[in-house]
Amino acid sequence: MKFLARRLLHGLALLTAVSFFSFLLAQMAPGDFYSELRNDPRVSPETIAGLRAQAGMERPLLARYGAWVRSSLRGDLGYSLAYQSPVAPLVWERMRSTLLLTGTATFLAWLIAVPLGIWSAAHRGTWRDGFSRMVLAILLTAPDLLLALAMLILAAQTGWFPVGGEASRGTPPLYDLAWHMALPVAVLVLGLAPALARHVRASLLEVMDSPFALSARAQGIPRRRLLYRHLLPAALNPLISLFGFSVGTLLSASLLVEVVMGWPGLGPLFLEAIMARDFAVVLAVVMLSAVFLLVGNLLADLLLYRFDPRIRTVDQ
Amino acid sequence: MSRRARIRGALAFLCLLYGAALLAGLIAPYPYAEQHREFPFAPPTRLHFAHLQPFVYAWAPDQAGGYREDASRAYPAGHLSGVFFPLGTDAFGRDIFSRLLYGGRVSLFSGLLAAFLSLALGLLFGVVAGFFGGWPDRLLMRAGELVMALPWLYLLLAVRASLPLHIGTIQAFLLVVAIIGGMGWVRPARLIRGVALSGRERAFVQAARGFGAGPGYLIRRHVLPLTAGVLVTQATILIPQYILAEVTLSFLGLGVGEPVPSWGNMLAEARQYHALVSHPWLLAPGLALIPVLLAFLVLADALLESPEP
Repeated sequence: MKFLARRLLHGLALLTAVSFFSFLLAQMAPGDFYSELRNDPRVSPETIAGLRAQAGMERPLLARYGAWVRSSLRGDLGYSLAYQSPVAPLVWERMRSTLLLTGTATFLAWLIAVPLGIWSAAHRGTWRDGFSRMVLAILLTAPDLLLALAMLILAAQTGWFPVGGEASRGTPPLYDLAWHMALPVAVLVLGLAPALARHVRASLLEVMDSPFALSARAQGIPRRRLLYRHLLPAALNPLISLFGFSVGTLLSASLLVEVVMGWPGLGPLFLEAIMARDFAVVLAVVMLSAVFLLVGNLLADLLLYRFDPRIRTVDQ
Repeated sequence: MSRRARIRGALAFLCLLYGAALLAGLIAPYPYAEQHREFPFAPPTRLHFAHLQPFVYAWAPDQAGGYREDASRAYPAGHLSGVFFPLGTDAFGRDIFSRLLYGGRVSLFSGLLAAFLSLALGLLFGVVAGFFGGWPDRLLMRAGELVMALPWLYLLLAVRASLPLHIGTIQAFLLVVAIIGGMGWVRPARLIRGVALSGRERAFVQAARGFGAGPGYLIRRHVLPLTAGVLVTQATILIPQYILAEVTLSFLGLGVGEPVPSWGNMLAEARQYHALVSHPWLLAPGLALIPVLLAFLVLADALLESPEP
């Protein structure tokens, strides 16, 4: 419990620091949301100055930071100048779409990667292992960007899948949603699963080479029982950290895929906000992704604490 | 294959690619911005053989808006004046093969330079933190946590967002290298800090200290050589990651911009899917990434393996 409280406090401090440095960075940034307007001859400099004053841009850094913190505590996460509304509702909706996509993809990727990694490790040195490693290496190096573009070609040429978007016109029944999700999820799974499978294989191999595994084999414990009862639990440690990491990147893993395939998630929102210099939205997305990463790490540590007795003895 | 053979093979292959990109001015059939207005979206030119001599036909527009081969005149394959496009052309009739070579200059070398920058910063910070400990150590580790608090791509985009968006090519290239390299020092710094921390306690370092060696000498003669292994393996991991980062930034329009090609902004052209569907050769820069990244992966795997007895 004390461990948890300390970690939460630490996380909170880190988030404060991240938000403050983001403000500093934005302060140093050339131009702001109204910079584009300045090129418009119909808008007088006085109007722009008025707009800027109204948006509170002329106030000192600390005052603006204070206003942002108060707004965040109210649950608004600041005010978007481009959308003329509080940021929170904008972001929640996009976040739901992103989580739907990445949650499904991460789940499927683990579902595929764990058995594949175990199988590959159990057949170490055979042609089957070699073959699966080769395929995984090639998939691992195929960039998400390429996969996404290739899937778009597939969708457009066969007409089996929609090219982009989350739903067709009208109310989306479950089938429609699944149909739209299929390709982005496929790209993400192809991107995530090979890396995971390689990690599973590597951590299992490390345990298989340890002295206790050799002694267990010498004592005649059957292969299968040895693998699932003794080796796998011992190999869990790095995988739990990896799981925490993949929870932590739920919001950020799909940015590129969303942008390419037109999925209305956080990625396109973030990119548009950067281009428009809509700082409140940028900051909100940055903060949310930081929160996710922290929670993912914390989750991994708690799981490790629960499943790995070695850690507990070190801690005390 | 033995470990040594794989390392040699991957290194030779990478040297070949980097060399080709560096010598793009000599190898590329056309300048990167040369437009062949009469051949927009021309498919890769087909090679024909007569008595083992390769030759090509020029493309001629057909009624359907595509191209057919104009068999009335054969050109020898070495003859490159405006009809031979090994990988096809883009919307402006620019030769994709040439642009791929010139784009490799930007993409491959930005990865290399950014990794160099990251490792240099990581080495500096890591050695200082590990060797001296105390407040520099705490400060650097805190700063590292701050950088690691954001997902990598979001961090890059957020930092990029706070810098000027519309700038010249050279500035954009240097900016991309600086951002990618400058934000990536944390992981190498942590690893090197560990090496320096344990190196400080090694018996031979303690002995040298006992003979009166100062910190400068100890770091130079004893700690730095210990970090070489970490630096090399980190380089093989970071360079491909940074090449991808440059491609991503340029793809999103936040990196190096037209008309100078980078593999990222070339792929951005393929983003309009109706252009892509009928002209799949626009994906060439994406496909070119695969052998590059694969070579780095083989290299990293082989280096991490313990050497054979």
